[in-house]
Amino acid sequence: MRKISLKKIDSLFSAIAENSVLYMPVDTKTGAKFEQWENGKELSDSLNTVRSAKDFFFPQTENLMDFKVEGKKIEVIDSRSETEDFVVFGVRACDVKSFDVLDKVFLAEPQDSYYKNRREHGVIMSLACTKPNETCFCTTFRIDAAEPAGDVVCYKTDDAFYMDAKTEKGKKLLSALEGITEAADDTAVTEQQKLTRERMSKLPLASLKADAFGNGKTKEFFDRPEWKELSESCLGCGTCTFVCPTCQCYDIKDFNTGHGVKRFRCWDSCMYSDFTKMSAGQPRLTQLERFRQRFMHKLVYFPTNNDGMFSCVGCGRCLAKCPIQMNIVKVMKKLGGNSNG
Amino acid sequence: MQVNEYKPLIVAFCCNWCSYAGADLAGNNRLNYPADVKIIRVPCSCRVNPMFILRAFQRGADGVILCGCHPGDCHYTSGNYYTRRRMALLFSMLDYLGIEKERTRVEWVSAAEGAKFAETMNDFAKTVAALGENKRLEDLRCKK
Amino acid sequence: MQEIKREVLVNKASELLKNGTVDRVFGWKKGEFDYDITPALFTTAEDIENEFVWGDFCGANFSKYLIKETGKSENKVLVFLKPCDTYSFNQLLTEHRFDREKVYAVGVPCNGMLDTGKIKSSAEGISKVTDNGDKVVIETLFDGEITLDRNELLPDRCLNCKSKKHVAYDELLGEDGAVLDSNRFDEVEKLEKMTPDERFAFWQNELSRCIRCNACRDVCPACTCEKCVFDNPNSGVENKAATNEFEEKMFHIIRAFHVAGRCTDCGECSRVCPQHIPLHLLNRKFIKDIDSFYGEYQAGAEVGSRAPIVNYTTEDIEPGDAVRRNENA
Repeated sequence: MRKISLKKIDSLFSAIAENSVLYMPVDTKTGAKFEQWENGKELSDSLNTVRSAKDFFFPQTENLMDFKVEGKKIEVIDSRSETEDFVVFGVRACDVKSFDVLDKVFLAEPQDSYYKNRREHGVIMSLACTKPNETCFCTTFRIDAAEPAGDVVCYKTDDAFYMDAKTEKGKKLLSALEGITEAADDTAVTEQQKLTRERMSKLPLASLKADAFGNGKTKEFFDRPEWKELSESCLGCGTCTFVCPTCQCYDIKDFNTGHGVKRFRCWDSCMYSDFTKMSAGQPRLTQLERFRQRFMHKLVYFPTNNDGMFSCVGCGRCLAKCPIQMNIVKVMKKLGGNSNG
Repeated sequence: MQVNEYKPLIVAFCCNWCSYAGADLAGNNRLNYPADVKIIRVPCSCRVNPMFILRAFQRGADGVILCGCHPGDCHYTSGNYYTRRRMALLFSMLDYLGIEKERTRVEWVSAAEGAKFAETMNDFAKTVAALGENKRLEDLRCKK
Repeated sequence: MQEIKREVLVNKASELLKNGTVDRVFGWKKGEFDYDITPALFTTAEDIENEFVWGDFCGANFSKYLIKETGKSENKVLVFLKPCDTYSFNQLLTEHRFDREKVYAVGVPCNGMLDTGKIKSSAEGISKVTDNGDKVVIETLFDGEITLDRNELLPDRCLNCKSKKHVAYDELLGEDGAVLDSNRFDEVEKLEKMTPDERFAFWQNELSRCIRCNACRDVCPACTCEKCVFDNPNSGVENKAATNEFEEKMFHIIRAFHVAGRCTDCGECSRVCPQHIPLHLLNRKFIKDIDSFYGEYQAGAEVGSRAPIVNYTTEDIEPGDAVRRNENA
């Protein structure tokens, strides 16, 4: 484990930024946001960013290829740009876990090469939580906020930053920083982790369990009458899906530029009325069905197809942002029964 | 080296009954106006909704002008009165968003006013040329 | 703190359910925390007794829900309306969007609703929010408690409340208020006084945060098209995500324009925006322009009024003069 004094944190950032683009959460008047680091920008103290970190690997819109049309000739132009090395600093445990979820989707065969390139070029420097929010429930999905995954795991104490490399990529990055960091033992970190875990156990949602859901529970939950009540006031907006770190549905569209075509993909939302619309029509006609799709996907379908892995990481963004305050916690409590107190 | 003079692309929405005929008259009278004015004929100036104006900018227009019958002379009695209200609000909103107000204009041109049509287009082209390319409402994907 | 107590609303709802006036009740349902209150439909007095809440976080405007709900049954549904909600209610009636006969509207006075966003930006890990009238005490999980002036935690729409008067109801709980002199156009004027470059930079920055979740549109009581152009693959402008700055602007200009003259300034758009974009400043610009070009008009103030944008006089201001007027303002 390496450490650097908090006072010298800027030298750490500038050393990283020398070799690759560095992104980290900074405060804005409307909440924390990942921005490219440059001199003078300070790491946000907020627990989490308003938008998740999935943008780095799966941006909201992305150009896939261009077509140039001349007469009857169509030329395909490769316009890819996902080859830049970058480091994302300050990713929380929940968001790091969300990359595992995304990997299951995009790195399964056939692999999504756009996503894969970005994953290969990106180094994750995660940051352990110290002060969770009331909306946090990562423990429900067995995520340890005090011990995130990532290429390099960072811990911030009152006076220093501790860093521990977990992967080859991480080791390479840390060894390049050896000049400005010093070796350290993990006493301070262990101490802090203990405190964090204690805090986690006191959170209002600490007792929430996902055990009732998971692999093979489709029949059990699909026709439950509670869906009607839960989805009653859903507006059908896409806020929950767009702030969600694991929502990975997208649409591919062609944009006619007047002199060619740009084929791009953009995030889609199962809350939208034209989601997965085909020539035969729309498979989910009502908001109830669309609403159910989102939660069944996270709690049942995804685990069924991915060895029990839930596609919710308990980051709490949808709890904070839903315009009508309906969210996965309320759904789990309503459907999951007494075990969720 | 010869420097190409910048010529703005202008979209003119012209009402079928007055302004389009006015443009015709301008042509018949051999009056000059810039060839970069692209006329789109509409049944009434009232047919133009705000999306048309924005889409013209998106697709590369540097200026958009909307021409209709003089107030009181609308072929459909009152279409251009609605146009007048809509465009007053839309243009004011574009200005509020910081988009140059000289890029949009409404002008009333009758079928008899060939000269006014040519004059209007010359003047508008000059104004827009002075502003330069539309940057604030452009869609880079549509640039050649 | 709300001057009218929860019990008054609960009793009223139970009474109307029991005497058969209504068989469904729109109300606010308690959540996990003090602030996460969900709009819900209640059907039994028991549920109302247990889960109905009334307090500082009952901002949701039920007017739009009436469109769907009144189509489901011949019986009446009870809806509680705050003063600003009654304007949306009237506006929807003006547009014949629901059957007035199927609704029993109860007006409730409102002392302004707290802004969850402002609370969350002043404290982390909120465990309890208590409103003592002038002061609000925010208790947190790990940082103790802080006390703030209530006014600091009000959203813009409540700070500049336009009216405490209910313009529609079958029955009113408590006292009715008056139409207020608000300063709601101050922010718009501030922007108008900036240079075009400054305004452009301001909006570029604000709109660049948009994630196109459509919450502003979906919550808007004036946005009631069955199919929005932005959702319609055949419209030519459908877009699920803003791919660039142009599309960001297009969506927001068209959204605001489409409700111009119909927007009652209820402020729901800004309340729900997950990115805190001041969307009401676009709507208010249209309202302000309409007022100054065509005479004062408040959408929803009365049922059946003709919106200025579907009306005209022969002496209206020319678009060119309208824009120049901003310059001289």
